[in-house]
Amino acid sequence: MLRHILPIARYTLLEALRNRLLWLALMLVAAGLAFTQFLQQVTITESVQIQAALLAALLRIGAAFILAAYVVTSMVREFNDKVMELILSRPLRRSSYFLGKLAGYAAVALALALISGLPLLLFAPAARVALWSLSLACELLLVTAFALFCVFSLTQVMSALAAVTCFYLLSRSISALQIMAAHPLTDALSAGQKVVNFVIDAIAFVLPGMDRMTQTGWLIYAAPTAAEFAQLLAQTAVYALLLCGAALFDLQRKNF
Amino acid sequence: MRDERPLRHVSAPVLALLAAGLALQLGLHAALPEPQAKAPDLLPPPAISLLRLASLGEPIALAKILMLRLQSFDYQSGTQVPYKDLDYAVVEAWLARILELDAGGQYPLLAASRLYAEIPNEAKQRSMLEFVYQEYLRDPNRRWPWLAHAVFLAKHRLKDMKLALRYAAALHEYTTSKDIPPWALTMEAFIREDLNELDTERVMIGGLIASGRITDPSELKFLDGRLREIEARLGKKRENAKP
Repeated sequence: MLRHILPIARYTLLEALRNRLLWLALMLVAAGLAFTQFLQQVTITESVQIQAALLAALLRIGAAFILAAYVVTSMVREFNDKVMELILSRPLRRSSYFLGKLAGYAAVALALALISGLPLLLFAPAARVALWSLSLACELLLVTAFALFCVFSLTQVMSALAAVTCFYLLSRSISALQIMAAHPLTDALSAGQKVVNFVIDAIAFVLPGMDRMTQTGWLIYAAPTAAEFAQLLAQTAVYALLLCGAALFDLQRKNF
Repeated sequence: MRDERPLRHVSAPVLALLAAGLALQLGLHAALPEPQAKAPDLLPPPAISLLRLASLGEPIALAKILMLRLQSFDYQSGTQVPYKDLDYAVVEAWLARILELDAGGQYPLLAASRLYAEIPNEAKQRSMLEFVYQEYLRDPNRRWPWLAHAVFLAKHRLKDMKLALRYAAALHEYTTSKDIPPWALTMEAFIREDLNELDTERVMIGGLIASGRITDPSELKFLDGRLREIEARLGKKRENAKP
């Protein structure tokens, strides 16, 4: 199985390099650094903290957007050019194809996380930046797996990108939504509020807690505890497993 | 209709993987503590310029979200002592930032006067009432209801008549809109009566009637009756004072 997975992963990575994806990531870093220089000019105090916080936030969301757009457009192109059908016409399992693509995109995600972490070394200790980058790699892995799942299910660029964007934003804000919903100004909850709270809680159950990942506070205040980081790794592993199952389910039911 | 193969084409390991992934996700989520906003998590707000930048041209929307977020801190629904652990200087800073982003919004002042100022902690109450007063001065015609509530709190909760009088006087002095109800304008007069400042009260009620700001006949009749009552009390007081 591995002899099928590795070449697919390799060609996926090669495609990313030839698409100048890494150049785009470097441009994002350059733009972020230019922005921090601007911030340095206008801040009165805590300038390093402000630079680190805003650069980290920009790189985090930028890397997620670049990766999601790349995975979706690349996979849809493979669909439209019948490349996927060509590959699957070979004596190859669909799961091997999926895992090969996932491995290739995961390598791209790792490279993006490393590139995003490098400029932060100018503003934060190396150990904290390493944890932040590792967490970003986990986050990007989940974005990749979800984008793959959406492409297999929706097969359209716009709908898949919209779904990934909603998933990402909701995963990062669901805890805040839960807190807001749980603390109304009146003590007595109406039936409508109870239904809304139930729906929000149910959504939270099937989303990864991305608000606990890749926190800017790790760079400027304190590193995460071992327990917090272990929880983050467990969340990544569990959710990646779930997304792999869902994507493979869809892929195996697909008729070409 | 999607072109799909039947479910039997999905291999058992994939179904097992999907079921295991879902079960683990639900289990992991259930094992995690519920998200909760705790008082120490409330950090001071960033500068208004940064908030404007972060709003991406939607300062009002950001203000509304920030207000909902602020309100979720340390509110223990059903308990008698909500907000007790909050740092009120930080809360006031957030409320002020939200008002800067959305000057037309009333929510921050409602929260300040009706939520944060109604806790059993006199120092925090006074601090929040002062915040309401300062913000009222920036836009009296729109923000008067919150200062009117502050008058009530100062008078009945804090039992500080001087403070109540200061706020009530500001209500009378700075509002100019015709939409403001007479009861808000007459608050100062009644507090002066409580303080036994009958002369001032008489002048105030007379001035209010003469100003034309009160047009409701019943209200005018009530104030007129009140004026006569004060004059009678003042007359009796003067007679008693004669040797």
